[in-house]
Amino acid sequence: MQATIVQAVNDALHTEMERDDRVVVFGEDVAESGGVFRATDELLEEFGSKRVVDTPLSEIAIVGGAAGMAMYGYRPVAEIQFSGFLPPAFDQLVTNASRIRWRTRGELSAPMVVRMPYGAGVRALEHHSESLEGAYGHIPGLQVVVPSTPADTKGLLTAAIRDPDPVLFMEPKRIYRSIREEIPEGEHEVPIGEAAIRSEGEDVTVVAWGAMMPPTLEAVEHGSVDAEVIDLRSISPMDTETVVESVKKTGRCVVVHEGPRTLGVGSEIVARINDEALMYLESPVERVTGFDTPVPLLSMEDFYFPHPPRILDGIEAALSD
Amino acid sequence: MSDRESDIRVPPATGDDGGGEVRYLSQSDLSVPTHQIVAPDGSYDAEAIPDLDDGELLDLYRWMVTDRVFSRRMVNIQRRGELGTFGSTRGQEASIIGSAFTLRPEDWLYVGRAWTPMFMRGASMTDMILFWRGIEEGQEAFAKHNSQIAISIGSHLPLVAGIAWGMHLDDADAVATAYLGDGATSTGAAHEGINLAGSLGLPALFFCQNNGYAISMPYGKQSGANTIAQKALAYGIDAIRVDGQDVLAVYDAVQSARERVKDGEPVFVESVTYRLDAHTTSDDPTRYREDEEVEHWEAHDPIERYREFLKSEGLWSEIDHDAIVEEIDAEFDEALAAANEMEERAVSEMFAHLYDELPPELARQLAEFEELLERRPEMYDYIEQRPKG
Ligand SMILES: Cc1ncc(C[n+]2csc(CCOP(=O)(O)OP(=O)(O)O)c2C)c(N)n1
Repeated sequence: MQATIVQAVNDALHTEMERDDRVVVFGEDVAESGGVFRATDELLEEFGSKRVVDTPLSEIAIVGGAAGMAMYGYRPVAEIQFSGFLPPAFDQLVTNASRIRWRTRGELSAPMVVRMPYGAGVRALEHHSESLEGAYGHIPGLQVVVPSTPADTKGLLTAAIRDPDPVLFMEPKRIYRSIREEIPEGEHEVPIGEAAIRSEGEDVTVVAWGAMMPPTLEAVEHGSVDAEVIDLRSISPMDTETVVESVKKTGRCVVVHEGPRTLGVGSEIVARINDEALMYLESPVERVTGFDTPVPLLSMEDFYFPHPPRILDGIEAALSD
Repeated sequence: MSDRESDIRVPPATGDDGGGEVRYLSQSDLSVPTHQIVAPDGSYDAEAIPDLDDGELLDLYRWMVTDRVFSRRMVNIQRRGELGTFGSTRGQEASIIGSAFTLRPEDWLYVGRAWTPMFMRGASMTDMILFWRGIEEGQEAFAKHNSQIAISIGSHLPLVAGIAWGMHLDDADAVATAYLGDGATSTGAAHEGINLAGSLGLPALFFCQNNGYAISMPYGKQSGANTIAQKALAYGIDAIRVDGQDVLAVYDAVQSARERVKDGEPVFVESVTYRLDAHTTSDDPTRYREDEEVEHWEAHDPIERYREFLKSEGLWSEIDHDAIVEEIDAEFDEALAAANEMEERAVSEMFAHLYDELPPELARQLAEFEELLERRPEMYDYIEQRPKG
């Protein structure tokens, strides 16, 4: 079946709800209206109002409630309408969801998924554009997954729903509908914690994820560079090995991310390369990232995130030393 | 020691010891009246009319029409691709104007769904268009008039409590006002903000427009409480429930509330109204509500109800409705033209106003980016066609 990323989300939810009747979907506007992006379309009709629930406008209760429901034995898949509205519930992620297994010494766990669209470039209002995977990846016990293709979206969301621990599933909303590809029918799982090599190359390793994948691939094509492009797919746990092995081969690396630079995921990748492949490096690792500013309001947001020329510039810088 | 012991035997809150049986307190123990002056059919009790002179009564009408025309024009230009998105306030004019008409320039105002109050405080239509085009100048202009729009729902209530706290410390002759929607009352921030105001006795006025929906969520599913007004009692603050389609009742209620708030007693007002249009221009309300419901509320148009009142008072003859609409349309045309004149802005804007002084790392990021834009002009091909401005 040909599907976009948002349709792949929908398909994964349908498939998993069918397979496991403990899967419960909830959030603001997810049931009656099928979600503001239609990610939960038709679920209410198919699975009824006990398993597909419109919640009050209560991010804290949505995330904390998911944790409690998960501890009790259900498999909640909660939606936060835009990632900019997760911060009120940050406390529930830090204080509860991520620590249930640890706190109860393995007696209980919180197998839950929080899905949310993230990222800039859709001309929305304030708080509708941020990419804070670095902040969420910083929380011990929480897994953070960011797909970039429809097939991966289905596979990773399926894995997230089946995972015995909490997963924050960040959906690249700018490319929700811009990519269409064949996705596997029925059950399809892609393991969390494994990066994908999108194109093989010898000269430089480029690491990106989520909404940054299309511009990264475009930059590589434009520049006719022999680059190895890695789609990280999961921020936490992070697949260090794939990155390090690639850097050992190419000797050069560029990390591309949309979130702010300082203390961003790129910093961690640089640190891991330093730990495990420093001697293989022929030039310093380049970072092409968002700025350390809030994402500007919609009239200027296109200046904020890395476009292909900026990415290419970073790649050329890595190659030039 | 014995003093403490007697403290521990908590006395009943009302002095009623409840007797030997379990008794439930329930919402139905409380009757919650809805303040109304002009009935839907236009009839009213002349004694209850608030103390407003003819000019003010006519102003109320003019502002309501402004609100309606502004919504219509904004939805239209959004459809032409000249705005990112917009949230219409059609149907809520009486609630919005009646409340804002009571505020003084020295009061602070954080709005939820309400734009005209900012015009009433001196912001221009141009500023509002800029805001919805995602141009920072719009926000800057609102701030100059002690006004802001809260996008993260409910987030502004603790902030408003804090502003009120400052006013309290200063003995200021002003109030801090939060407009909010019914949805906002479900957020954690709202509870903490209102509770803080209640516990410290802060001059905060919470004006909640219960417009029936939070995007697709009808109020009945938002909360198990019969009314929002009664929730205030749990925070130890008083509430008023008012018919939000009756501009005079809203004015009366909020005017009275403002007086109390000024004296350091926070008040919560629930204004019962209805959002006739979609939540925003990206929403499709037919997915979650019936046409009949919308038609019912269309038949209870707040502007028409007020018109009946003005007729009875012999004031309608002083109003040339079409001329008012024409003037506001002209004002909008001018505002739009001014907004379209906005010059291309520099990328340095992204880095401005984050700190008082630009820290070295930010300065470095800016310089690097400016240099890149110069070196690689093809960057601009990727910076897509933006809305005008
Ligand atoms: C914290 C937060 N969560 C979700 C949203 C997305 N959202 C925008 S408006 C809205 C509904 C608001 O309803 P209400 O408070 O009743 O105000 P209304 O727009 O109806 O005036 C939602 C869920 C948001 N802006 N902020």
